[in-house]
Amino acid sequence: MPNATYMMLIVLLPLLSFLIMGLFGRTYLKNTAGIISTCLSFLSTCLAFYTAYGYFFEYGKINGVYQKLIPFNYLWLAFSEGLSINMGILLDPITAMMLVVVTLISLMVHIYSLGYLKGEERFPTYYAFLGLFTFSMLGLVVASNIFQIYIFWELVGVSSFLLIGYYYEKPSAVAACKKAFIVTRFADLGFLIGILVLSFYAGTLDFNTLIQRLTSPESNELKSALAASFLGISALTWGMILVFVGGAGKSAMFPLHIWLPDAMEGPTPVSALIHAATMVVAGVFLVARLFPIFAISAPDALEIVAYVGAISALFAAIIACTQTDIKRVLAFSTMSQIGFMMFALGVSKYGGEEGLGYTASMFHLFTHALFKALLFLGAGAVIHYVHSNNMKDMGGLRKQLPITHFTFLIACLAISGVPPFAGFFSKEEILLAAFQHNQTIYWMALITSGLTAFYMFRLYFSIFWNKSYHPHHEDEHGHHGEGGFVMMMPLVLLSVGACLAGFIPFGKFVSSDGTALVSEFHLQFSIAPVALGLTGIFTALFLYKTENDKPDKMASTLRALYQIAYHKFYIDEIYLFITQKILFNCIGKPAAWFDKNVVDGLVNATGNTTQVLSEKIKKIQSGKVQEYAVYFLVGVFGLAMVFIYMWK
Amino acid sequence: MNLLLLILIPLLTAVAVFMMQNNNQVRWIAFFGSAIQLILSLGLYVVYTNARNHGDTAQMLFEQNMPLFKSWNINLHLGVDGISVAMIMLTAFVVVAGVLMSWKMEKMTKEFYFLLILLSMGAYGFFISLDLFVLFFFLEIAVIPKYLLIGVWGSGKKEYSANKLALMLMTGSALVLVGMFILYFGGGKSFDILQLAQTTIPTWTQHICFPLLFVGFGVFTALFPFHTWVPDGHSSAPTAGSMFLAGISMKLGGYGCLRVATYLLPEGAKEYANIILLLSAIAILYGAFATMMQKDLKYINAYSSISHCGFVLLGIGMLTKVAITGAIMQMVSHGLMTALFFAVIGIIYERTHTRQVNEMGGLLKVMPFTITLLFIVGLCSLGLPGLSGFVAEMTVFVGSWENPDTFHRIVTVAGCMSIVVTAVYILRAIGKTAMGPLKEEYNNLSDAAWHEKLATIILLVGIIAIGVAPFWLNDLVSPGAELIMQKIQMAK
Repeated sequence: MPNATYMMLIVLLPLLSFLIMGLFGRTYLKNTAGIISTCLSFLSTCLAFYTAYGYFFEYGKINGVYQKLIPFNYLWLAFSEGLSINMGILLDPITAMMLVVVTLISLMVHIYSLGYLKGEERFPTYYAFLGLFTFSMLGLVVASNIFQIYIFWELVGVSSFLLIGYYYEKPSAVAACKKAFIVTRFADLGFLIGILVLSFYAGTLDFNTLIQRLTSPESNELKSALAASFLGISALTWGMILVFVGGAGKSAMFPLHIWLPDAMEGPTPVSALIHAATMVVAGVFLVARLFPIFAISAPDALEIVAYVGAISALFAAIIACTQTDIKRVLAFSTMSQIGFMMFALGVSKYGGEEGLGYTASMFHLFTHALFKALLFLGAGAVIHYVHSNNMKDMGGLRKQLPITHFTFLIACLAISGVPPFAGFFSKEEILLAAFQHNQTIYWMALITSGLTAFYMFRLYFSIFWNKSYHPHHEDEHGHHGEGGFVMMMPLVLLSVGACLAGFIPFGKFVSSDGTALVSEFHLQFSIAPVALGLTGIFTALFLYKTENDKPDKMASTLRALYQIAYHKFYIDEIYLFITQKILFNCIGKPAAWFDKNVVDGLVNATGNTTQVLSEKIKKIQSGKVQEYAVYFLVGVFGLAMVFIYMWK
Repeated sequence: MNLLLLILIPLLTAVAVFMMQNNNQVRWIAFFGSAIQLILSLGLYVVYTNARNHGDTAQMLFEQNMPLFKSWNINLHLGVDGISVAMIMLTAFVVVAGVLMSWKMEKMTKEFYFLLILLSMGAYGFFISLDLFVLFFFLEIAVIPKYLLIGVWGSGKKEYSANKLALMLMTGSALVLVGMFILYFGGGKSFDILQLAQTTIPTWTQHICFPLLFVGFGVFTALFPFHTWVPDGHSSAPTAGSMFLAGISMKLGGYGCLRVATYLLPEGAKEYANIILLLSAIAILYGAFATMMQKDLKYINAYSSISHCGFVLLGIGMLTKVAITGAIMQMVSHGLMTALFFAVIGIIYERTHTRQVNEMGGLLKVMPFTITLLFIVGLCSLGLPGLSGFVAEMTVFVGSWENPDTFHRIVTVAGCMSIVVTAVYILRAIGKTAMGPLKEEYNNLSDAAWHEKLATIILLVGIIAIGVAPFWLNDLVSPGAELIMQKIQMAK
């Protein structure tokens, strides 16, 4: 068994970093904040590697099957007998893998930020937020309970909110962080209701029990969940779809993706960590975590996962071809790659050879984290140098930024699926899985991978080739070149990863049912995607290597298409219309008006009526004995009449 | 533990406050009195859990019974269960914080503190009484000072607000009074809650009494459509007044709805449960949407209180153990959270002299401590895990989902939807107040003073204690909820 204390420390060390920086950072640790946080992050990373090593090579496997271990479990909140929120650690192959990915990328970002944000006023706050995020993300990946995952899910959401809004004086950053939080929150509503549905039928919130009860055909829980239906769809499928809505929101899947491009307002290292490598894959992780239920009991929901993933992948790739903000290009590329992971899960089946998609998805998650973090950190170095996000302000930077240039090129080759870089292997597996199970999705994916190569190299050539670079303010750039050792070291390390990660025999470690999956390499199958990728690269070379007017001409020829893609298919505008026009004007304003005028009006009217009435009635109390005598007599006669009438 | 202490200490503090010569003495006396009360209430928690752990299974602990009016069978019957202990702790936290937040009150300081302490005595008395008549007496003590607090020390259209609040709460009390007397004559000439719980109350009495009592108490806890005193009352009250009003007074209502209306009249509760659910679901969503349109920070928090208190009533109306536990947790959580929110608003208002969110911006730069708290309390309000709001709301949701029919499902989903709307208005308020460019005239604002820091930290500790480790509160209140549920299940 793994050592529970070590595993808890992996999660808790970043929390410690958050607490130290949050409580004492501003006053005492202005200069040392970065170093202390980075050390804690380093310790956490070492423990994560140690744990993953132990799990994969020492104790994880029993009889050839990787086990789901629970080294730690603590009852946090007991609702009723079956339902309780436990804070626990669930160790299985994907958790071990995610621990490595999250701590590693987080460490890289911690180191990189030492240079990137040097001299920043709120340095400790920044590291506090990084610590909070890392803690939440690690808590999410080790969660042993579906409510625990929801708890950390919300916490990563809020850390993302805080980090996007880090430059809080910029109105665009404020708008972006609100948007990110609210859109994902809307998706979380689905997740929450999904949890309620699943827990109601399964009678448990614990992952292992939940999966076991909802996948074994004899269980009563499964039968009741399948029997209950709403609008002709079984309660179980509803539950899984709703849970997936949560995952789609966090992973920026169409149509809940609108927050991701705006989230690029945050500091670039943050984008690398949160909005490229770790948090945005939480949705994929969630689907993978519940994969047995999806694959065995709710195939319809899995079908939706597949199509949402494929559409997002293609959709984002088209938009990425037209964007000029380099971070936004990367953001859409992230969305597109996550789409790959999603539909890979979607086309997969449970167990054995059929589970190739699952392995491929996790493999791609792993390699993508490396090369996408590399891309973002490289973009950060570029932005740091140019002080602009816009492609038009760049060009010819290969001379000024040689290391960045070289590592960025590796990352671009990796994401484009050029052998033998990491992305090639994982993407090949995904395409193979899609080819075997769903031809429509396969073709969509194939087109997407061609587009991917094109837009990535459009980005690459626009930054590093094209026109030669003329800084606007010569003197400003004199003091920093590429950003020093702390910024280059992560780039180099990650580029080594992007070169070599593809050779890991991933199927041996991660598969849908825990048994080793031997993936064969099909040379003839790879021809099509690689050829398409190379076509994309050469098109980009042709259009963007030197400064020319071909791209503009092309854009004006395909004007309508270009405009639509450039405006991101007007999805933002549609949302804006719904929220501003419908929610605010048609519900919010009437509710406020109704409260002020109708409900409150009634209260005031009651008050006024009472006042007016009493004003009238008080005249009766005149103090004149004669008048009282009249009232008295009238009363006596009246009562007498009533009695006579009743008595008769 | 002698529960009379809980009433006597505030009483003595109030008297001592009145006898003091200068304002400084008044403040310190009030602070010490409420601090002692806070320690006492924490002690009560320790003693109470100890007794429970040692196997004391009596429904109420530390009972005392002294006859007050023999002929009417009115007794000073005191006793606490987990629910009361939780509410007493809440009260103690809010009172200390409120006293500290009023440190700079210069206008009639002595009278102000006297009323504040008197009010807290009413709340303590209310939570420990087991005799309806005494309970009602304390309820009134907790209402009347509020009229003066708003009318004298308030701001804005304070006379209107004070009148409105007093009249509406008095109407609520009148309904409670009527219901109480019907219960008295229909249930064997007794005001004693424990005795009434044992006697079988005829169905028709239950059907008449329940709406009277529930609506009567419901007015206090902003039952839709009797909530309109909330926005005006809160926004006109001085900071401590708002804190007490939202943190304690609204909880008197929730506690009454649960302990008196639902517990004593389970058949009535079953009969009217669906109406309660409907009204509370409306309150939750309607309050949330109305909040979106507010521009005044105090109005924002007041309307959001309507929405949040809707969860209390929703939990009660669901009639499951988990949901009722959630309702109680929501009362405690909302009490702490909203008091902290008003405290933070008070700190900001003190310095900017405006509560309009449009007139602020970028305050994080000049008031990092206060604004950090604003973030935390805002996040608590929108239900961030690790803070108290999340625990309470989730407990209500999980409990609500236990009812499998479509009506309950729809109401629950409607309640769940508020988590999105809440996020919208909270982020809007925070974004406008704290973020964005700083206005020039606010360049020299100072951050919170020591007493304000202490007050807010005390409340924050409570919020985090529940959010990070909810099990203690759950263990404390769920047996009480269980008993109420048993009564409901036994009813027809």
